[in-house]
Amino acid sequence: MKCFSRYLPYIFRPPNTILSSSCHTEADIISTVEFNHTGELLATGDKGGRVVIFQREQESKNQVHRRGEYNVYSTFQSHEPEFDYLKSLEIEEKINKIRWLPQQNAAYFLLSTNDKTVKLWKVSERDKRPEGYNLKDEEGRLRDPATITTLRVPVLRPMDLMVEATPRRVFANAHTYHINSISVNSDYETYMSADDLRINLWNFEITNQSFNIVDIKPANMEELTEVITAAEFHPHHCNTFVYSSSKGTIRLCDMRAPALCDRHTKFFEEPEDPSNRSFFSEIISSISDVKFSHSGRYIMTRDYLTVKVWDLNMENRPIETYQVHDYLRSKLCSLYENDCIFDKFECVWNGSDSVIMTGSYNNFFRMFDRNTKRDVTLEASRENSKPRAILKPRKVCVGGKRRKDEISVDSLDFSKKILHTAWHPSENIIAVAATNNLYIFQDKVN
Amino acid sequence: MFARGLKRKCSEEEAPADPLQRQSLLDMSLVKLQLCHMLAEPNLCRSVLIANTVRQIQEEMTQDGSWCLPGPQTAGRLPRDRLVSTEILCRSARAGPPQAPDPADLASALQAVPAIQVPGAVPAGPWGRAGPGESRGGFPRSLDQVFETLESHSPGAVEELFSDVDGPYYDLDAVLTGMVGGAKSGPEGLETFASAAARPPGTGCKADLGELDHVVEILVET
Repeated sequence: MKCFSRYLPYIFRPPNTILSSSCHTEADIISTVEFNHTGELLATGDKGGRVVIFQREQESKNQVHRRGEYNVYSTFQSHEPEFDYLKSLEIEEKINKIRWLPQQNAAYFLLSTNDKTVKLWKVSERDKRPEGYNLKDEEGRLRDPATITTLRVPVLRPMDLMVEATPRRVFANAHTYHINSISVNSDYETYMSADDLRINLWNFEITNQSFNIVDIKPANMEELTEVITAAEFHPHHCNTFVYSSSKGTIRLCDMRAPALCDRHTKFFEEPEDPSNRSFFSEIISSISDVKFSHSGRYIMTRDYLTVKVWDLNMENRPIETYQVHDYLRSKLCSLYENDCIFDKFECVWNGSDSVIMTGSYNNFFRMFDRNTKRDVTLEASRENSKPRAILKPRKVCVGGKRRKDEISVDSLDFSKKILHTAWHPSENIIAVAATNNLYIFQDKVN
Repeated sequence: MFARGLKRKCSEEEAPADPLQRQSLLDMSLVKLQLCHMLAEPNLCRSVLIANTVRQIQEEMTQDGSWCLPGPQTAGRLPRDRLVSTEILCRSARAGPPQAPDPADLASALQAVPAIQVPGAVPAGPWGRAGPGESRGGFPRSLDQVFETLESHSPGAVEELFSDVDGPYYDLDAVLTGMVGGAKSGPEGLETFASAAARPPGTGCKADLGELDHVVEILVET
């Protein structure tokens, strides 16, 4: 049982380069990672409001070993820091989420959001440019009309590939609280944005209006005890979405019913285990991420210590529970003191919904195979990531004798947390964000 | 990485029977709530979770009888009324209606020796007095003052402060902008608090005393 990688259907190895910024500043901390629907593009957002898009290389016969690696395709500043004059508050430019739209023409579209404003970006290629204007010269300066003696038709000539990103829509002023999620609907015409207390439905074409579909703000804020932590549309049913709460509950709503979906159609909650009860029970039950499976049959939730898989048809308990780092259960008081207990980890499905992945501390991330029930802990670090080498499974020692290569709980570095990961929609390629570094691991070929 | 004192106390996570452990958790939570509102815009989820934790501790203390309810004035009121609501816990210390208050008033509000006896605001037991053999020191006194200040708002004032549109943080910012002087713009003033409030994790409760004092100092001297 030592080598988990043998039992998992794939073994990950890093590419030749690890993509990261050369000098690490606060602004370089990656805050979201997302593959597009084909996996050809990978977008990252950071604390400085920038979006960096990587594109997978086309495989060529000449370079068999460079099996479709990711290179920088486009970089742009999505959000700038803003100042809310009414509240005298700075609005952070940090990109909280990026979601891709399915590709419908040659251009790529993505939604990116900070705490308050969602933007629709168009990323398009330009490899030709018109030459031979009549009224302008080659540098774009206006020509003296007196010098124009002939007329010509401008022609398109090839140029070096240029990728440009333009903001096509700005959806602003609809959220009083901080946006934590955005989700594109399967109708591809609408999307939703969720903040701590409200969820709004938008049409991509309309920026000055949104429909409020969930509002859990109490009339008296003194009674506020629960907030929305994440929300997502069903992958196939455009009327269905779920949202999770800080009390560890998930609500599934049907938009065909009343316009304001405060009344849920389904309510998922696991009864509390009385033997594990402590003052931190509620905090660790707070759900930090919720994701539908690709099939749409299951939802996965991440709370502080576990990942749970729920069947949409069973509301009273999850069908599977996986322990991410249960050795932290006895450290909750310290983790509360240093605020780590409030860290929001995300979780992802692989393309076939057979494996789930989530991050942990010390730059560890975990994978759970739902079929074989095997799990593995891997590490995203430069030292352990020689190119083409196989990632070695890691193990945390919880007490007693520490074996060689094991790491003890007290040696874990809690400042190195993997909150954001992504899995290619169809292949075994994963993207792991470790602070300001992006690691892309690929399945061993053959 | 773990604060030494706390590690010893909080090594087990069963429902703490140890009142000292519970008290230190309560103190820590109150400091977190207070400090987080010194920052530009606190995380609502985090505030709500901490406030719920405080409420839970209070409930248990009430059940235990370790938090004695005050006398006849409050007879007939449910224990829940005595518990601090999220809204009050999440508010900054304010001296009155939403206008830039006099710096001296705010500073004195924060540092006030509890002369104002609001019914039920200063219950006996662990809140207001040192337990037997327990040296309260400077830090818990600051917390008590903070707590009293937070609780001394009448419900009317709280409702008035709270705007439906802008959320609970508007007034903190009005205070801060007013406090830091007309000449300075908002971000500069806020930076002072941000740097005051920012501290390395795991420094422990004793460090928070210094932090609170430092912040109060800024309020007074600016």
